[in-house]
Amino acid sequence: MSRKGIVRRRGAGQAALRLLLYAVLVLFCLVYLLPLVIMVSTSLKSLGEIRTGSLISLPTQVSLDAWLKAWGTACVGVRCKGIAPYMWNSVLMVVPAVLISTLLGAVNGYALTKWRFRGADVIFALMLFGAFIPFQIVLLPMARTLGLFGLAGTTWGLVLVHTVYGLAFTTLFFRNFFVSVSDGIVQAAKIDGAGFFPIFFKLMLPMAVPTIVVTVIWQFTNIWNDFLFGSAFTVGDSNPVTVALNNIVATSTGVKEYNVDMAAAIIAGLPTLAVYVLAGNYFVRGLAAGAVKG
Amino acid sequence: MAGVQLEKVRKSFGQNEVIKGIDLEIAPGEFVVLVGPSGCGKSTLLNLIAGLETLSSGNIRISDRLVNDVPPKDRDIAMVFQSYALYPTKSVHGNITFGMETRHVRRDEQDQAVSEVSQLLHIEQLLDRKPGQLSGGQRQRVAMGRALVRKPDVFLFDEPLSNLDAKLRIEMRTEIKKLHQRLGKTTIYVTHDQVEAMTLASRIAVMDNGHIRQFGPPAEIYEDPRDLFVAGFMGSPSMNLVRGTLVGDGDRLAVEVRDQEGTVSFPLPAALAAKVRGKTGQQIDLGLRPEIITHHGAHAEGAMLSNFERAIDVVEPTGPDTMLVFTLGGAEAIGRVRSDEVVEAGRPYTFEVNMDKAKLFDPESGIRL
Repeated sequence: MSRKGIVRRRGAGQAALRLLLYAVLVLFCLVYLLPLVIMVSTSLKSLGEIRTGSLISLPTQVSLDAWLKAWGTACVGVRCKGIAPYMWNSVLMVVPAVLISTLLGAVNGYALTKWRFRGADVIFALMLFGAFIPFQIVLLPMARTLGLFGLAGTTWGLVLVHTVYGLAFTTLFFRNFFVSVSDGIVQAAKIDGAGFFPIFFKLMLPMAVPTIVVTVIWQFTNIWNDFLFGSAFTVGDSNPVTVALNNIVATSTGVKEYNVDMAAAIIAGLPTLAVYVLAGNYFVRGLAAGAVKG
Repeated sequence: MAGVQLEKVRKSFGQNEVIKGIDLEIAPGEFVVLVGPSGCGKSTLLNLIAGLETLSSGNIRISDRLVNDVPPKDRDIAMVFQSYALYPTKSVHGNITFGMETRHVRRDEQDQAVSEVSQLLHIEQLLDRKPGQLSGGQRQRVAMGRALVRKPDVFLFDEPLSNLDAKLRIEMRTEIKKLHQRLGKTTIYVTHDQVEAMTLASRIAVMDNGHIRQFGPPAEIYEDPRDLFVAGFMGSPSMNLVRGTLVGDGDRLAVEVRDQEGTVSFPLPAALAAKVRGKTGQQIDLGLRPEIITHHGAHAEGAMLSNFERAIDVVEPTGPDTMLVFTLGGAEAIGRVRSDEVVEAGRPYTFEVNMDKAKLFDPESGIRL
């Protein structure tokens, strides 16, 4: 839809207002971008330059040393292999957790709307409840559960935790999408001889691609950025990158290496950034999907 | 060939009984239209026949086979939905072949079936498109193609034309009738449009509030309605109903209608009079379809005619005919005259009524006398 055709007032006063509007927008833009700029520029400076220069000055000599150290040799606790192994931990945790919680959420949403059964609404309401529980409340019972399953301190334990607590949101997303899909499609498919899973995989999932993308972004961001579960349910070598980053930054011995801290923080944030850039277009579209007849 | 039998069919949703005991016997090859106002249960009845809803009680037989507990895919039926219900991510070709794929039909047989059906429905050039790229009429054709390709015993249509514009609806109506004449398959068709019902059906079942009020061929439903509901529902504009008093004696009876403009007497033909003998002095509803209240000289020779004069409230030309709205016995009534008749709103006009086609109804029960 284009708004170009809509008639607007003209004149000097209007032009001035418009100018003011853009000036304010640019100002906000700068305020918003400043922290990122400082992070990037600090990470490219040498320690000496950081100590002598000001916070917002740009690096006189661009150096990637801090990045290399953050990635490969910085000390997390007593282990000095950088954050690389912990990035890998996070990937091993986030990929299965996102895939499983998204798939289960899709099946839930589909079953709750298209194969309605007695009590479906109650079950959905109870699942929604899970979206509003502060995670601190479940720390102790969850720790006990993981212990009973023999998953305490492992990446798979973390996968289980994130899958369980992601289900409330993924189910909500998919239910809201499938509720807008015509029941006639499912009825037609039943007459065509398809059952629960063939209808799901062949018809419903392909229709839900925008919702899948939204859910994957949402889950990826939340799970990747999680610190609470990561620090509570893993130890040392199985820490996700968020915990490792904290351990680098919060280290109390030696010189504070701001450039390494900044580089490590940016590295830890890059995967979520990449997911947004790659799928961001879908994210916006998915959130608005079903808002208008289309 | 397959017939469909319904036996004391009932369906409740919770406390709410929607289908209240329906018996229906549909002969093989028939085109039966279920017609009624919205909420009368006609779509639910169709879903019961399709197996998309489970019976509360009663029996359904298709081709003499009891199908109460048979899932939709094994009932040998195909259904066309009001919303078309096409699979949006599949091409037209994929939509048509989806059922065959789930039944593991061989690829070459699939291709042959698709080409047959697409030729029949003139959708060959659309096979690679997605439903979103089709117009309403084309989607309707694809939905029908998906049903046809099953070669089912029974076709079920759930208000298939209600999403189309007026012109396309008439075209598709003719096409559905042609298709039925060519294939001769048993068809059950749900609509709220009484014109669709009249034009398509070999028999019409008029439904109201979970019951079938009358089941018969279109002409019988139109000319011989069982009660006020059927008479009022079928026909457009609908039948005029005038409250009057039965007067006279012996065989010379008449319905007298009084209002501010005076008294009009409608003498009854002998056949009609015989049915209401002995009810002189009682109130009675006189049913006159608009086409039998018309200009002078329009009726068949030998028909029993009656004249009356009323001031015209509104003149509505439709092209071939002109509808004249007036007031008779306190109620609004419509007459239908040829379009070259000179009529002005506010002026009196003399109508001629063919009393041979008049109907009488009991005002209490609504039953036709």
